Amino acid sequence: MLAKRVIPCMDVRDGRVVKGVNFVDLRDAGDPIELAQRYDAERADEVIFLDITATSDERATTVDLASRASAQLRLPYTVGGGFRSVADMRRMIAAGADKVSVNSAAVADPSLITQAARAFGAQAVIVAIDAKQVSGAGDKWEVYAAGGRKATGMDAIAWAREAQARGAGEILLTSMDRDGSREGFDCALTRAVARAVDIPVIASGGVGELEHFAQGILEGEADAVLAASVFHFGELTIRQVKEDMARHGIPVRL
Amino acid sequence: MIVIVDYRKGNLLSVARGLEAAGAQVLVSQDADVIARADALVLPGVGAFADAMATMTELGQDEAIREAVGERAVPFLGICLGMHLMFAAGEEHAEGEEPTPGLSLIPGIVRRLPRTDAEGTLYKIPHVGWNRVTTTANAEKGATGPRENARQARSAAKRGLPERLSALPRPATEASPGCLLFKDIPDGAYFYFTHSYAAPDSDATVGFTTHSVTFPSAVQAGSAFGVQFHPEKSSDVGQMLLANFVDYARKG
Repeated sequence: MLAKRVIPCMDVRDGRVVKGVNFVDLRDAGDPIELAQRYDAERADEVIFLDITATSDERATTVDLASRASAQLRLPYTVGGGFRSVADMRRMIAAGADKVSVNSAAVADPSLITQAARAFGAQAVIVAIDAKQVSGAGDKWEVYAAGGRKATGMDAIAWAREAQARGAGEILLTSMDRDGSREGFDCALTRAVARAVDIPVIASGGVGELEHFAQGILEGEADAVLAASVFHFGELTIRQVKEDMARHGIPVRL
Repeated sequence: MIVIVDYRKGNLLSVARGLEAAGAQVLVSQDADVIARADALVLPGVGAFADAMATMTELGQDEAIREAVGERAVPFLGICLGMHLMFAAGEEHAEGEEPTPGLSLIPGIVRRLPRTDAEGTLYKIPHVGWNRVTTTANAEKGATGPRENARQARSAAKRGLPERLSALPRPATEASPGCLLFKDIPDGAYFYFTHSYAAPDSDATVGFTTHSVTFPSAVQAGSAFGVQFHPEKSSDVGQMLLANFVDYARKG
């Protein structure tokens, strides 16, 4: 049986790890490769590097980080942020990235998902969705693009379904309402998406306490849980998180 | 010197660095002569069966590998697709009805993993993520349990039962030496997988994993080893496995 995964996410700007609280107010948390190696030692199952300036600055993500990562890391890693074309993604895959994550560019041109899946295989293509609850509607969430700044009018669940139909291998689902809140994952959103698709869903946004991780799997029905700040600043270790998940009967790699 | 066979399908840096970290001297090469004369070979896993075989045949790498492994019995490690290519044939991206011939170091055809288990439960294919590898005592001559189960499974298949109902070898109940690749690695350790096709069970099976079905995740035929998972992406246990191969390659 496949283990449920714990994934530290590193928001990277100018080669350094940063984490925005609600996507602003950035703080520096160090070198991405060093941090990833620390997470490997703590039993992280994979890591994600998100180039957070790539979209807003109209700057292509550099492949330097991916090249260093493939030389120095012993676990799978994903690079996301700022892809405009399959050619952009191909450079990252050629540099050794196991997967690429695409967000705004897929919203602008959904055929990009299909092209990427054909070129690299579905397992290498993550579609990242930033979703925000529609006010007054309990079970509706809207997709936001451009690092959470642009409302798209698209329904998050419908978009997840379409991403799967177009060849996505995985959904990275971030709750904008919860991101930085430390109140836990939006389990209603996560569960709604997880039930709508057959591909793995990575829950993201909102963890602050140990038990939030197991909740994401058990209540959110996610296949993987993602966090950033709680790991970067040493509030929780990945090992602690996995031991807690194991106590809840979740299969994890310890 | 360990030669990593480059069949022009992708990034080989992590495999190379993993072997180097275990103390090996590594050369990445497309050259059939270099491959034929190598002290040890690693066939990495990138791309699809048919495309990889086409490139390897075009470059003469297939003959070079058969020469090195078949005639000189050099240590060989196939990873993921590299393990698939060790078999007689594979149906991934094969043109027409017939599976594409492989290196034929091990008999059998590599086929797509079924989407459902015996009870009809749906599984996600490709099989991506961390899963357990249980080693068999197949390497030990006269081991009865696993082989017997495998024989029963094969005879079940012959009786016309669906392949997925058949049981692959169960773990050995008695302590056994096992495959040298797994030396010092706890049985049932998690490794990182990403694949849609799986090798057939055979006498070469030395480790297995369960997803929709139980399939061979490690094989050995003489000096040739194959693993379905990616040791170079499997953290410390993956590094241990690569080091075990490097040790074997060094001692010859």
